[in-house]
Formats: sequence, C-alpha cells, structure tokens
Amino acid sequence: MRYPLTGRVLTLSLLALTPLCSNAARAQDTLSVMSFGGAYQEAQRKGVFETYTAETGVKIDEQEYGGEIAKIKAMIESGNTTIDVVDVDAPTLLQGCDEGIFEKIDWAKVGPQDDWIKGTTSECGVGTIVYATTLAYDGAKLADGPKTIKDLFDTKKFPGKRGLWKNPATNLEFALLADGVAPDQVYETLSTPAGVDRAFAKLDTIKDSIVWWEAGAQAPQLLASGEVTMTTAWNGRIYNANKEGKDFRIVWDNQILDSNYWVIPKGAKNAEGSLAFIKYAVEPKVLAGITKYIPYGPVRKSAAEFVAPEDAKNLPTSPQNLTVSLTLDNGFWADNGDEIRKRFTTWLAQ
Amino acid sequence: MTVAEIDRVNIFMAVRRAERPARRAALSLALPLIVFLVVAFVAPILYLLVTAVGNPETREVLPRTLEALQNWDGASTPDEPVYAALAADLKVAKDNSTAALLGKRLNYEISGMRSRVLATARMVEKLDTGPYKEKFLALNQDWGSPETWAIIKRNGGSLTPYYMLTALDLKQAPNGSVERVQGDQAIFLDVLGRTLFVAGLVTLFTLILGYPVAYVLTIAPKAIAGIMMLMVLLPLWTSLLVRTTAWVVLLQSDGIINDVLMALHLTGERVQLIFTRVGTVIAMTHIQLPFTILPIYSVMRSIPTTQLRAARSLGAPPSSAFWRIYAPQTLPGVVAGCLMTFILSLGYYITPALVGGPRDQMVSNFISTYINRDLNWGLAAGLGVVLLVVTLAIYLLFLRLVGADKIKLG
Repeated sequence: MRYPLTGRVLTLSLLALTPLCSNAARAQDTLSVMSFGGAYQEAQRKGVFETYTAETGVKIDEQEYGGEIAKIKAMIESGNTTIDVVDVDAPTLLQGCDEGIFEKIDWAKVGPQDDWIKGTTSECGVGTIVYATTLAYDGAKLADGPKTIKDLFDTKKFPGKRGLWKNPATNLEFALLADGVAPDQVYETLSTPAGVDRAFAKLDTIKDSIVWWEAGAQAPQLLASGEVTMTTAWNGRIYNANKEGKDFRIVWDNQILDSNYWVIPKGAKNAEGSLAFIKYAVEPKVLAGITKYIPYGPVRKSAAEFVAPEDAKNLPTSPQNLTVSLTLDNGFWADNGDEIRKRFTTWLAQ
Repeated sequence: MTVAEIDRVNIFMAVRRAERPARRAALSLALPLIVFLVVAFVAPILYLLVTAVGNPETREVLPRTLEALQNWDGASTPDEPVYAALAADLKVAKDNSTAALLGKRLNYEISGMRSRVLATARMVEKLDTGPYKEKFLALNQDWGSPETWAIIKRNGGSLTPYYMLTALDLKQAPNGSVERVQGDQAIFLDVLGRTLFVAGLVTLFTLILGYPVAYVLTIAPKAIAGIMMLMVLLPLWTSLLVRTTAWVVLLQSDGIINDVLMALHLTGERVQLIFTRVGTVIAMTHIQLPFTILPIYSVMRSIPTTQLRAARSLGAPPSSAFWRIYAPQTLPGVVAGCLMTFILSLGYYITPALVGGPRDQMVSNFISTYINRDLNWGLAAGLGVVLLVVTLAIYLLFLRLVGADKIKLG
C-alpha cells in the first residue's frame, strides 16, 4: 500500500515543479551549452555565444565541465537532460555515440559534410576545432631547447622532469614516434601486442622523470614553476601563457592533431534549437572568428580564407606547422582503449 | 508471577504509556534529520552496494541467447540456434545502441570482446538469414570457444561477483573457480595497503605533533591559549583545496622549503618533495592536525592539574607522574582523535592527487578514475565497498581494543 502513495506524492510534486522547469517560452529563448571552461570557453564566449545571442536573441546559459563523460551519462540516466549542447573531445564522442548517450545529427540542417576535414564528422557530432598536443618548453630557461619528439625521451641531453598528460592516448603515440616509428605506421604498430609493449617500454625509460598532469591548465603551470624541463601540452594553453608574458616555445615536429565536437545529449528538450545553434557555431566565418581568441584551427576547409594571417601562424593546421604530424586515430582508441587504459592504470600504480 | 511482580509490570507499562506523547514529540523533532540521513547517507550506500554486484548488461542485451544457452552442455561449441539467437539479439542491440555497453561489460572478462561484439553487430545488421554459426566463426574464430560462451552464460545472472573479486585482485576462471590475478594486473591490494600505510603514518605524526600542542593549550595562560587555539582552528576554516594548493606551492622544486634548505646549505641540490610520498604525508599531516588535537585537548581540560601535583608531592619523579597519572587519563581523547584522523585519511583524494606522484594515489583516486574516465561504475563501487568494509572493521577493532566508553570527543 505504501508504494502507490509514494508514487502519487512523487507525481504530485513533479507536477508542481513542471511549470518551473519546462516553461515553453523560457526553453526557446535560452540554450544551455556546456564546454571545457578556461581560455577555450572564453574564446567561444566572444566568438560564438555572444554573437549568437546578438543575432537571434537566444541567451546562452553557460556550463563548464572537465570533459568527464560520466557527468553527461549521469544527467541522462537521471531522466532530466537539462543541457542542450555539449562540446566533447573525440573519445567521448565515440564512446557516447556507441552507447547511445548522444542524439543523431541531421546533417542536412548543418552543412555539407565534405567541407569538413576528413574524420571530423560523425553521426552524433559536428567537428568544431582542431587542436594539437605538442611538446613545449620554457624559452627563458632553455635557450637551446628540444627540437624533436626524441628529445622528450633524452634525459641525458635534457635532464629534468617531463610533464605528460595522464592518459595513454598521445603518450603511446609519442613513445613510438620517438622510437623511430613513422607517423603512418604508428597505429598499425599499436594494434599488435608487441607494439603496445614497445610503447610502454619506451615510456619506462623516462617513467621516474614523468610528472603527470590531468587538467590542461596544469601543463603551462608546471613549465612556469620550473617543475618540468618540458611538457606535452595543448597548443592553445601554451599560446595563452605566452599572452600573459611567458616565453614558452612549441615544438611543432610530430604534433598530434585531434578535434572537438558539438553534440546534443540524449533527451535534450529543444533539439531544434540545439541544432540551430550548432549550425551557427560551425559557420566558416564564426569558426575563423574563434582563432582571434585562441589558436585552434577551424575544421571546415572553407573557413581558412577568413582567418587573419597573424592568427594563422599559430594554428596547428597552418602549412608551416604541419610538417610532420599525426592525426589521433579515435577509432583505434574506441576499439582498444579499454584494454590499454587498464594496462596504463596498472602501469602507473607500479 | 507474584502480585508484587504484576504490579511492577503494570506500573512500568503505565509509565511507558504516559511517556509516549513525549517520545513521539522527540521523534518528530528528529524526523527531518532521520529523513536526511536516509536520503543522503543510507540510500547512496545501498546504491553503492547494489552497483558493486549489479550485472544488467548481458541480461538486457542478450535475452534470447541466454535462453538458447539454457541447454548448452558447457564444454563443446554451441549449435546453430545459439548463434541465431545471438544474431537476433545483436540486431536489436545495434538499433538501440546497446551493443557497446554489452561489449564493454564482457571485455572486462574476455580481452578484445568489445571490438568483437561491435564488429559482429555490424556484420549481423547486413545478414538477413542464417545459418549464422559459420559466419560468426569466420569473422572471429573465438566465437567457437566454449570459454567465451561459459562467461556469457555466467553473466546471465542478475548479480555478479566480478567487481568485488577484481577489487580484491581475484578473478573467476571460466570454469567458475576463484583464483588470484597474476603479476602486473594485481594492483588493488597494493593500493589498499598503501592507503592504510599512509593513513597510519599521518595518524602517528599528528599524534606526535598534536599531543604536546594540546597539553600546552591546557596549561597556557588564557590569552595565549586563545591565540593558540585560533591558530589551530584557522586552517580548519580554510578550504581543503586551498590548503593543498598552498602545499604544492611550498613543496615544489623552486618553492620556499627548497629555497630555505639551499640557503642553509642543508642540501647541495634541490630536493624532490612535490609528487612524492613524503610530500603527501607532510601535507596530509598538516591538514589533519586539528582533528587529532581538538579531542585530546578537550579531554585534557577535564583532568584536574592538582592530580599531577599530588603525585609529585607523594614522591613521583616528573616523568612517572606524567606517564602513570596523566597520560592514561588522556587516552580516550587520544583514541578518538587518532580514530578520526585515521578514518578521514583513508578517504583522501585531492591531496594525493595534487601533491603525490602516481605511486602515491590512494583507493579514492582509483574510484574517481573508474567513475570519470573509464565509466566502470561497478568496479568503482566494488572499491568503495572494500574501503567501507575496511573502515568499519578498523572502527570495530578500535572499539574492541579500547572499549566504546573510552572514546571521548570531550
């Protein structure tokens, strides 16, 4: 007898709350957008959110997160998707798409897929920017700095600690690249158990010198405090530290490229509005506009002509920086990530 | 019963009846707290326990396959109906985007299962008719392995011991027997031992540093004691994250501690303090100090100082007056303070994450990794249960050793 009563009380209280939550008028003129915070979201605020509000009158209710897919999954499982659009990284896109956490994208309403750089369109997500994980060092402390990725593993030539992202992705690739594997052979090598062993063995050679960072902002901070001699970092973070007066240098050789995506979480209340926002956010001029605030390359080929020359030189995608590079194979990580992450976690703990 | 006894019982009942409204009133006052505890404390713990043994994936995604496996002998390669059932299940799974969830769950127990399930789901989407068996085997011959099927069948149960076993570095072989995880995959007992060790060390240091402070607090003149108390309490009012970050600044290679050590010529080169176990213990000891000091202080305050003087006047030397008269009476505070610090230290997360290196990460850090990055909530819950059980066991052990009446917060 108790259960139906509880049910009724719940229904009643939900009914009482309904007018507060899903006010139709409010839903249409506000859109809740979640991104990665920091300098990146600030660039989006200036380059996308504010201009979108100015053009359409739709207010953007900004949310921040650290890229944890758990947060999106928990929201969807609670049955109340309060966020309309999320900026996710590629592994999250693939995992979420496989597990049905994101809505399918109606590409006819966004744009021609062949205008996007290869590998930056998906049935669940629309590519937005291209960023690079690169090696970086402090020019003020190291006049003759590292030139190639091999120097990351050369503790004789460059003594001191190294900062690395606490994630197997990018690090195993860097290890193989430094071990002499050609960029186009990296994933073929990693697909074999021997290749994974080889990558871990290479990382083993500097294991005691590694300082692991988790949040993107930690990397430039480790460089600034002198805790590490060099670190891998996302290129935008280094650029931003330099804007604040640092002299950090980026080693573009063997940079690893990856992209971010706009997705609509499952059950988003205003799917039309979400899609309209995404369409605007990836318009060539808007994408090019973001490069004024943060040096992340636009994913649409047609956006290149709108990028100012002084901004182009800082982009990972500009020709002078794109000499030797690797594009992160997110399909590989979706298929093998679980295994390798497990090994990485145990390797770290030992 | 004699008449007197019956009277006594009646009086007793009457008193209870008379007290009932008061008891109800008291209960209704406590009701908000009880509801709060149920919602915010009991329910999450129950959810944790359920998640640690829950096993919905295989049951929900492969209902037909599990039914077809009912009559399977467990040793040979199954026959066509099982493969046909799996094909039908995977077709549905592909449409509902649940194949990845199943693949991920089975991947915990069979290496490479995630990509195998996804590739097979893609294949069956294009197949309209059977026979399926040979096509499955052609795609991946491991589909013929009885071990794969044994593990799938085993996971048809609504409960699984997998997460709890993994959290204890154990695993279940396809034939069901429990064995120890080999070599480099066994990390969790090590992590648990490390967590207990660090918590024990921090407790010891807070006691060594905090006991004299508590004693001085009780005997110092009021004005000075007030200032000292403020200094003990001030860190307690500062956010944990802020204090941890402050330690990052102090401990780093170019930080003040290293500057001082270098200036005093105590070391020739800068000492690595940040990202080490030493740094973690230092920072945690500082953060935990007030929790150890306050219970000791409040117990010490209740001990009459005249007793020490009496012992001295009866001829006891200072050390024996202290150790035989004073110290035993402070024991309840010491136990309460140490227990609090030890149990709080077991759950530390932010400080080891920011100040420690990869080998200083505690159980909580792994729980966070499995929740946020790997989306393996079952294993996170399993580790949580292990931590909960260890904490309760230590608490009960303390009670047993010193007696519940001996633990005093003041």
